[in-house]
Amino acid sequence: MPLSAYLTLAAILFSIGLFGVITRRNTVGILLGVELMLNAVNINLVAFSRFHDTEVGMVFTLFAICITVAEVALGLALVILLFRMRKTAIADHIDWLKG
Amino acid sequence: MNPEVLGFWVLAIMLIGSALGVVLTRNLFHSVLWLALGLVSTAGIFLLLDAEFLAAVQVLLYAGGVITVVVFAIVVTEKLVGETIAHTSKRLTGGAIVAAGIFAMIASAISRAELAIGRPEATAEATRSIGVLLLTKYLLPFELLAVLLLAGLIAASYFARPED
Repeated sequence: MPLSAYLTLAAILFSIGLFGVITRRNTVGILLGVELMLNAVNINLVAFSRFHDTEVGMVFTLFAICITVAEVALGLALVILLFRMRKTAIADHIDWLKG
Repeated sequence: MNPEVLGFWVLAIMLIGSALGVVLTRNLFHSVLWLALGLVSTAGIFLLLDAEFLAAVQVLLYAGGVITVVVFAIVVTEKLVGETIAHTSKRLTGGAIVAAGIFAMIASAISRAELAIGRPEATAEATRSIGVLLLTKYLLPFELLAVLLLAGLIAASYFARPED
Protein backbone atom coordinates (compact mmCIF):
# COMPACT_ATOMS: atom_id res chain seq x y z
CA MET A 1 0.00 0.00 0.00
CA PRO A 2 1.24 3.53 -0.69
CA LEU A 3 2.14 5.89 2.12
CA SER A 4 -0.97 8.00 1.50
CA ALA A 5 -3.23 5.02 2.36
CA TYR A 6 -1.71 4.80 5.85
CA LEU A 7 -1.88 8.57 6.30
CA THR A 8 -5.55 8.65 5.26
CA LEU A 9 -6.40 5.81 7.64
CA ALA A 10 -4.68 7.73 10.45
CA ALA A 11 -6.56 10.91 9.49
CA ILE A 12 -9.91 9.06 9.67
CA LEU A 13 -9.02 7.66 13.10
CA PHE A 14 -7.90 11.09 14.30
CA SER A 15 -11.21 12.65 13.19
CA ILE A 16 -13.26 9.91 14.88
CA GLY A 17 -11.26 10.45 18.08
CA LEU A 18 -11.83 14.20 17.86
CA PHE A 19 -15.56 13.56 17.37
CA GLY A 20 -15.51 11.48 20.57
CA VAL A 21 -13.66 14.18 22.52
CA ILE A 22 -16.18 16.82 21.43
CA THR A 23 -19.37 14.83 21.91
CA ARG A 24 -18.75 12.68 24.98
CA ARG A 25 -20.07 14.05 28.26
CA ASN A 26 -18.24 11.57 30.48
CA THR A 27 -14.59 12.36 31.39
CA VAL A 28 -13.55 8.72 30.87
CA GLY A 29 -15.20 8.81 27.43
CA ILE A 30 -13.24 11.95 26.56
CA LEU A 31 -10.04 10.21 27.66
CA LEU A 32 -10.85 7.27 25.35
CA GLY A 33 -11.24 9.74 22.46
CA VAL A 34 -7.82 11.23 23.24
CA GLU A 35 -6.41 7.68 23.16
CA LEU A 36 -7.78 7.19 19.64
CA MET A 37 -6.23 10.46 18.47
CA LEU A 38 -2.80 9.59 19.92
CA ASN A 39 -3.04 6.16 18.32
CA ALA A 40 -3.67 7.75 14.91
CA VAL A 41 -0.56 9.91 15.34
CA ASN A 42 1.50 6.81 16.17
CA ILE A 43 0.38 5.16 12.92
CA ASN A 44 1.55 8.26 11.03
CA LEU A 45 4.94 8.23 12.76
CA VAL A 46 5.56 4.55 12.05
CA ALA A 47 4.40 4.87 8.42
CA PHE A 48 6.71 7.84 7.73
CA SER A 49 9.55 6.06 9.49
CA ARG A 50 9.07 2.93 7.37
CA PHE A 51 8.76 4.72 4.03
CA HIS A 52 11.79 6.93 4.67
CA ASP A 53 13.90 3.98 5.83
CA THR A 54 14.85 5.42 9.21
CA GLU A 55 14.16 4.15 12.73
CA VAL A 56 13.94 7.59 14.37
CA GLY A 57 10.16 7.73 13.92
CA MET A 58 9.81 4.37 15.66
CA VAL A 59 11.86 5.61 18.62
CA PHE A 60 9.56 8.63 18.79
CA THR A 61 6.51 6.33 18.72
CA LEU A 62 7.97 4.43 21.66
CA PHE A 63 8.22 7.69 23.62
CA ALA A 64 4.68 8.66 22.62
CA ILE A 65 3.28 5.31 23.80
CA CYS A 66 5.04 5.56 27.18
CA ILE A 67 3.89 9.15 27.74
CA THR A 68 0.32 8.13 26.87
CA VAL A 69 0.42 5.40 29.50
CA ALA A 70 1.52 7.94 32.14
CA GLU A 71 -1.19 10.34 30.95
CA VAL A 72 -3.94 7.71 31.24
CA ALA A 73 -2.83 6.65 34.72
CA LEU A 74 -2.84 10.26 35.96
CA GLY A 75 -6.08 11.17 34.19
CA LEU A 76 -7.92 8.23 35.69
CA ALA A 77 -6.52 8.97 39.15
CA LEU A 78 -7.99 12.48 38.79
CA VAL A 79 -11.33 11.00 37.66
CA ILE A 80 -11.44 8.75 40.73
CA LEU A 81 -10.60 11.74 42.96
CA LEU A 82 -13.38 13.76 41.32
CA PHE A 83 -15.81 10.95 41.88
CA ARG A 84 -14.98 10.94 45.59
CA MET A 85 -15.45 14.69 45.94
CA ARG A 86 -18.33 15.35 43.58
CA LYS A 87 -19.92 11.96 42.76
CA THR A 88 -19.90 12.83 39.08
CA ALA A 89 -17.90 12.02 35.96
CA ILE A 90 -19.63 14.48 33.63
CA ALA A 91 -17.15 17.07 32.39
CA ASP A 92 -19.76 19.87 32.45
CA HIS A 93 -20.32 19.40 36.18
CA ILE A 94 -16.71 20.24 36.95
CA ASP A 95 -17.15 24.00 37.16
CA TRP A 96 -15.67 25.03 40.50
CA LEU A 97 -13.61 27.76 38.85
CA LYS A 98 -16.69 29.44 37.36
CA GLY A 99 -16.81 33.07 38.52
CA MET B 1 -4.47 -9.78 -4.18
CA ASN B 2 -1.23 -9.60 -2.31
CA PRO B 3 -1.20 -10.26 1.43
CA GLU B 4 -0.15 -6.73 2.40
CA VAL B 5 -3.09 -5.10 0.58
CA LEU B 6 -5.56 -7.65 1.95
CA GLY B 7 -4.16 -7.24 5.49
CA PHE B 8 -4.32 -3.47 5.22
CA TRP B 9 -8.00 -3.43 4.21
CA VAL B 10 -9.03 -5.97 6.87
CA LEU B 11 -7.17 -4.03 9.58
CA ALA B 12 -8.44 -0.67 8.30
CA ILE B 13 -12.06 -1.86 8.47
CA MET B 14 -11.50 -3.30 11.97
CA LEU B 15 -9.82 -0.07 13.11
CA ILE B 16 -12.48 2.29 11.79
CA GLY B 17 -15.29 0.04 13.00
CA SER B 18 -13.87 -0.22 16.51
CA ALA B 19 -13.12 3.53 16.60
CA LEU B 20 -16.77 4.24 15.74
CA GLY B 21 -17.74 1.76 18.46
CA VAL B 22 -15.64 3.69 20.99
CA VAL B 23 -17.30 7.05 20.27
CA LEU B 24 -20.88 5.91 19.57
CA THR B 25 -21.77 3.10 21.99
CA ARG B 26 -23.89 4.01 25.00
CA ASN B 27 -22.19 1.67 27.45
CA LEU B 28 -18.86 2.87 28.89
CA PHE B 29 -17.57 -0.66 29.38
CA HIS B 30 -18.32 -1.58 25.75
CA SER B 31 -16.49 1.60 24.72
CA VAL B 32 -13.35 0.37 26.47
CA LEU B 33 -13.62 -3.08 24.88
CA TRP B 34 -13.95 -1.48 21.41
CA LEU B 35 -10.85 0.57 22.20
CA ALA B 36 -8.99 -2.64 23.07
CA LEU B 37 -9.92 -4.10 19.66
CA GLY B 38 -8.78 -0.88 17.98
CA LEU B 39 -5.43 -0.91 19.77
CA VAL B 40 -4.79 -4.54 18.82
CA SER B 41 -5.65 -3.73 15.18
CA THR B 42 -3.15 -0.88 15.36
CA ALA B 43 -0.54 -3.42 16.44
CA GLY B 44 -1.47 -5.31 13.25
CA ILE B 45 -0.86 -2.15 11.20
CA PHE B 46 2.56 -1.84 12.88
CA LEU B 47 3.29 -5.44 11.83
CA LEU B 48 2.38 -4.55 8.23
CA LEU B 49 4.90 -1.70 8.47
CA ASP B 50 7.62 -4.14 9.63
CA ALA B 51 7.75 -2.71 13.17
CA GLU B 52 7.53 -5.95 15.15
CA PHE B 53 8.98 -4.42 18.30
CA LEU B 54 6.44 -1.59 18.34
CA ALA B 55 3.61 -4.07 17.73
CA ALA B 56 4.71 -5.98 20.83
CA VAL B 57 5.00 -2.75 22.85
CA GLN B 58 1.56 -1.69 21.62
CA VAL B 59 -0.07 -4.94 22.76
CA LEU B 60 1.77 -5.06 26.09
CA LEU B 61 1.53 -1.42 27.14
CA TYR B 62 -1.64 -0.20 25.45
CA ALA B 63 -3.92 -3.20 25.11
CA GLY B 64 -2.51 -4.74 28.30
CA GLY B 65 -1.76 -1.77 30.54
CA VAL B 66 -4.08 1.04 29.52
CA ILE B 67 -7.19 -1.13 29.08
CA THR B 68 -6.62 -2.79 32.46
CA VAL B 69 -6.23 0.60 34.17
CA VAL B 70 -9.37 2.00 32.51
CA VAL B 71 -11.42 -1.09 33.43
CA PHE B 72 -10.19 -0.82 37.03
CA ALA B 73 -11.12 2.85 37.14
CA ILE B 74 -14.63 2.14 35.85
CA VAL B 75 -15.15 -0.67 38.36
CA VAL B 76 -13.88 1.51 41.24
CA THR B 77 -15.95 4.56 40.31
CA GLU B 78 -19.10 2.51 39.75
CA LYS B 79 -18.57 0.99 43.18
CA LEU B 80 -18.25 4.51 44.65
CA VAL B 81 -21.59 5.71 43.26
CA GLY B 82 -23.30 2.32 43.25
CA GLU B 83 -24.81 2.74 39.78
CA THR B 84 -23.80 2.46 36.15
CA ILE B 85 -22.02 5.58 34.92
CA ALA B 86 -23.99 7.60 32.39
CA HIS B 87 -22.21 7.54 29.05
CA THR B 88 -24.13 9.75 26.68
CA SER B 89 -23.15 12.17 23.93
CA LYS B 90 -24.30 15.64 23.09
CA ARG B 91 -23.76 18.16 20.28
CA LEU B 92 -23.50 15.28 17.79
CA THR B 93 -24.03 17.49 14.73
CA GLY B 94 -21.46 20.08 15.79
CA GLY B 95 -18.94 17.36 16.62
CA ALA B 96 -19.49 15.66 13.27
CA ILE B 97 -19.04 18.96 11.39
CA VAL B 98 -15.79 19.80 13.21
CA ALA B 99 -14.41 16.26 12.78
CA ALA B 100 -15.34 16.18 9.08
CA GLY B 101 -13.75 19.61 8.58
CA ILE B 102 -10.49 18.52 10.22
CA PHE B 103 -10.50 15.34 8.14
CA ALA B 104 -11.06 17.32 4.92
CA MET B 105 -8.14 19.61 5.80
CA ILE B 106 -5.78 16.69 6.52
CA ALA B 107 -6.93 14.80 3.41
CA SER B 108 -6.32 17.79 1.16
CA ALA B 109 -2.88 18.25 2.72
CA ILE B 110 -2.10 14.57 2.06
CA SER B 111 -3.26 14.82 -1.57
CA ARG B 112 -1.09 17.90 -2.18
CA ALA B 113 2.03 16.71 -0.36
CA GLU B 114 4.94 15.13 -2.22
CA LEU B 115 5.10 11.81 -0.44
CA ALA B 116 7.77 9.16 -0.69
CA ILE B 117 6.59 6.79 -3.43
CA GLY B 118 8.60 3.61 -3.11
CA ARG B 119 8.75 1.54 0.01
CA PRO B 120 12.34 0.57 0.81
CA GLU B 121 13.24 -3.08 1.27
CA ALA B 122 12.56 -4.33 4.78
CA THR B 123 15.65 -4.91 6.87
CA ALA B 124 15.75 -7.36 9.74
CA GLU B 125 17.69 -4.80 11.76
CA ALA B 126 14.86 -2.42 12.72
CA THR B 127 14.55 -3.58 16.35
CA ARG B 128 18.31 -3.57 16.75
CA SER B 129 18.57 0.00 15.43
CA ILE B 130 15.79 1.15 17.79
CA GLY B 131 17.76 -0.29 20.72
CA VAL B 132 21.02 1.31 19.58
CA LEU B 133 19.35 4.70 19.00
CA LEU B 134 17.67 4.58 22.43
CA LEU B 135 20.94 4.00 24.24
CA THR B 136 23.11 6.38 22.20
CA LYS B 137 21.52 9.34 20.45
CA TYR B 138 18.30 9.40 22.48
CA LEU B 139 19.73 8.38 25.86
CA LEU B 140 18.75 11.63 27.60
CA PRO B 141 15.05 11.57 26.55
CA PHE B 142 15.00 7.87 27.42
CA GLU B 143 16.20 8.58 30.97
CA LEU B 144 13.82 11.54 31.27
CA LEU B 145 11.03 9.15 30.32
CA ALA B 146 11.96 7.00 33.32
CA VAL B 147 11.68 10.08 35.56
CA LEU B 148 8.33 10.98 33.98
CA LEU B 149 6.93 7.48 34.53
CA LEU B 150 8.08 7.52 38.17
CA ALA B 151 6.52 10.94 38.72
CA GLY B 152 3.30 9.75 37.06
CA LEU B 153 3.23 6.65 39.24
CA ILE B 154 3.76 8.61 42.47
CA ALA B 155 1.23 11.28 41.50
CA ALA B 156 -1.41 8.71 40.49
CA SER B 157 -1.07 6.78 43.74
CA TYR B 158 -1.14 10.08 45.69
CA PHE B 159 -4.35 11.25 44.02
CA ALA B 160 -6.06 7.89 44.34
CA ARG B 161 -4.98 7.34 47.98
CA PRO B 162 -7.51 6.01 50.47
CA GLU B 163 -9.50 8.70 52.27
CA ASP B 164 -7.99 9.73 55.58
